[in-house]
Amino acid sequence: MSPTPASPESTDTAANTSADTPDASDLLPPQGAPPAVLLQVLRAVQARCQHIPEPVVLALAARLGLGPAEVRSVVSFYHFLSSTPRGRFTVYLSDSVTDRMLGSEALLERLCQRLGVAEGQTRADGRVSVHRTACTGLCDQGPAGLLNGWPLTRLTERRIDEVAALIEADTPLAQWPPDFFEVRNPVWRHELTLSHPIAPGLALRGFAALAQAQGLDAARTQAIATLRDAGLRGRGGAGFATWQKWQACLEAPDAPDAQGKAITCNADEGEPGTFKDRLLLMAWAHEVIEGMTLAGLSVGAREGFLYVRGEYAFIAPHLQQVLAERHTQGWLGANVAGTGQAFEVALHLGAGAYVCGEETALIESVEGKRGIPRSRPPFPVDRGVLGRPTVNNNVETFVQVAQIAVHGAPWFRAHGTAASPGTRLLSIAGDVPRPGLYEVPWGLSVAEVLAGCGVTDIAAQVQAVLVGGPSGKLIDASQCQRRIAYEDLPTGGAFTVFGPQRDMLEVARQYTRFFAAESCGFCTPCRVGCVQLVDTADRLVQGHASTHDLDRLRDTADLMGRLSHCGLGQTAAHPLLDVLAHFPQAVLPRLVPDVRAFDLEAATVPHPSRTWTPA
Amino acid sequence: MSTDTPTFTLDGRPIPFQPGQTLMQAVQAAGAYIPHLCHHADFDPIGSCKVCSVRLVGPHGERTVTSCTWPAQAGLEVRSETAPIRHDRQRLVQMLFAEGQHHCPFCEKSGNCHLQAVGYHLGMTDTHFHHSQQPHAVDASHPDVWLDRSRCILCELCVRASREVDGKSAFAIGGRGAQTTLLVNSPSGLLQDSGVAASDRAVHICPVGALMPKRQGFAIPIGQRHYDGPDDDADIARRPEDT
Repeated sequence: MSPTPASPESTDTAANTSADTPDASDLLPPQGAPPAVLLQVLRAVQARCQHIPEPVVLALAARLGLGPAEVRSVVSFYHFLSSTPRGRFTVYLSDSVTDRMLGSEALLERLCQRLGVAEGQTRADGRVSVHRTACTGLCDQGPAGLLNGWPLTRLTERRIDEVAALIEADTPLAQWPPDFFEVRNPVWRHELTLSHPIAPGLALRGFAALAQAQGLDAARTQAIATLRDAGLRGRGGAGFATWQKWQACLEAPDAPDAQGKAITCNADEGEPGTFKDRLLLMAWAHEVIEGMTLAGLSVGAREGFLYVRGEYAFIAPHLQQVLAERHTQGWLGANVAGTGQAFEVALHLGAGAYVCGEETALIESVEGKRGIPRSRPPFPVDRGVLGRPTVNNNVETFVQVAQIAVHGAPWFRAHGTAASPGTRLLSIAGDVPRPGLYEVPWGLSVAEVLAGCGVTDIAAQVQAVLVGGPSGKLIDASQCQRRIAYEDLPTGGAFTVFGPQRDMLEVARQYTRFFAAESCGFCTPCRVGCVQLVDTADRLVQGHASTHDLDRLRDTADLMGRLSHCGLGQTAAHPLLDVLAHFPQAVLPRLVPDVRAFDLEAATVPHPSRTWTPA
Repeated sequence: MSTDTPTFTLDGRPIPFQPGQTLMQAVQAAGAYIPHLCHHADFDPIGSCKVCSVRLVGPHGERTVTSCTWPAQAGLEVRSETAPIRHDRQRLVQMLFAEGQHHCPFCEKSGNCHLQAVGYHLGMTDTHFHHSQQPHAVDASHPDVWLDRSRCILCELCVRASREVDGKSAFAIGGRGAQTTLLVNSPSGLLQDSGVAASDRAVHICPVGALMPKRQGFAIPIGQRHYDGPDDDADIARRPEDT
């Protein structure tokens, strides 16, 4: 039996034991604190001790009234938490497809070699460990990574050598050159959202005035009607009408604890290739929180939770500052903007789990638990955070909510299409001359978007575009007249371009591995199906697959689409299916007759698909 | 049946239900059978194995749902025994067989195993998928109970039974994705420190050979167990009291 029962199958092998583990007792919550604090406490302990020491597991369990296994179950769920020590300098290099296209694999190897450490292992002196991680939301300035939570951008061989030298010198991060951690937000096209910052508090004034003159109900009715007239649809990707969600939550009966409703802001921007919320959180935080506040006032919520992915922890100090400032100004607190209504916003950080972008998994994570999507019904608008009726919206949705409150529905309606009013932020990365952030009106064709980021000849420069990330749609160059819109090509904001030199089967394989690493493991079709898909993709690339494997692949993909518990499993086969459908030339020449499809040697050594871990 | 009892149909058969019941609860009360593994009538459903998935046909179109979690509604048309659904169910059971290490010929649970029985019921004759070689830890520390995680299908019935019946909360689910695994809730993480007893409901409710009392080998010969026989009575569908 393994001496570390928390994760008997963990691939982490920590060389150093915890003889010199820093004391974490001051980070523990008081006796009887709500269990919902668990994840945030674990984040702090991990940052201090580079792992969650067993004495901390037991102490936390006792303080929160949980069993040790419940604490370990959370630790073992999140990639950024570990039961065995990671390095005092913990480096995560982004293993996203676009980072690989920019050479991240060679950089990872170089860094490990310079530091004398194997990937995924902690060096004997405990100084450093190097890991892969899923997309860090820095694809426009990759190859990228994270170092103790600080973003590393635009990595080169030279920069890797400098990083290794500073680690060897044990230089505290505060003394590192600041440009190592510089995150730029290049915006190449502004439309109505990005050219209309609003003065903090302005979006609450109309609501407050109406509430004072005609009462709260009138103000709520008016706020929701304005969103309806604007036709705003959720920017997370699914496109549900925002006003309907708010209306349903407003009408839902309160939870028995009579603590009102709740608002969650989904800033768990994990879809590979998406980084628009990074800009909004860094430069538009007032608008984001103002949108949340308006939602709170409109549905009768007293609490909001801003759930930010762990990869964006470097933005947290700024967000805390904005929250404090809004408190001072009376835009948050016991009497928001003179409405007589209370609303508070708490910042919650994730810890490396793509699935937490699914709204009910996000709610579980806000409650401090494993990010397992819930069964529906009940829907979050009826029973969400801690059982309270909850509105969950995307970061961009909340910004546009605030802007619509200021500028009115017609202003918003004047852009986009009838079914997709307004504009949308695109995170453009990959093989384009100008990667970065673009705000486009809905209804623009893919070709027009490409022209805007410097593509002059689609036929020569573009092989494929992934619209909406790997859970979205992969199209070939012949489909570039299709439009970015809910009614044609919906997108959560990712727009990744692949040039003619890219091996699309390899691209699909990497995205399939991503889904396998991020599957929460709750339901059979996704947990087992993802492993099967990776297995098939590996054998296709290695030349050990026959037409029977393609038949099995399609059958498995259909099953996952029909029966998986949440969108992750339902869409995990999309990259492989889309490559099969639109890029058969990348797949069919690699098929072999059945008699050659079985490789004895490959079948008798540990398979790469089962030894690869992202962190 | 009184005229004001609401009903839905299961493959054309009217199924009465009480408001608040799930499809599965109403179907079980009516003596009908929908194959399932993670559901047990004594516990709240979680809907993870997906074997009980059915096709709903309603005024707003069709959708696939898990019958153990979906609330019964009057007038619903529920399709269960169709060729596509039987196909999907067989694939799910094959997935569980391929994921774990299920050596029926020398497993003490053989013949009483729900995974095996549902496989029989669905006419499964192979495992279809590539077998995982994922290593799983065995916990033999307890004097009376052993845990072989390679046979665990992650149904969480032991988690629920230990919490709700035994009052011990001895189990939890840890890890994620293909590394998802059953955790024992004790300071050492071992069964021997968990307070679990061989008489616990959590041990006996295990549908497979993951959690079993020790020293009970082959008291009933293979071939004479619940699901072994060739006759219809050996079909798990005819043994509603088991699940």
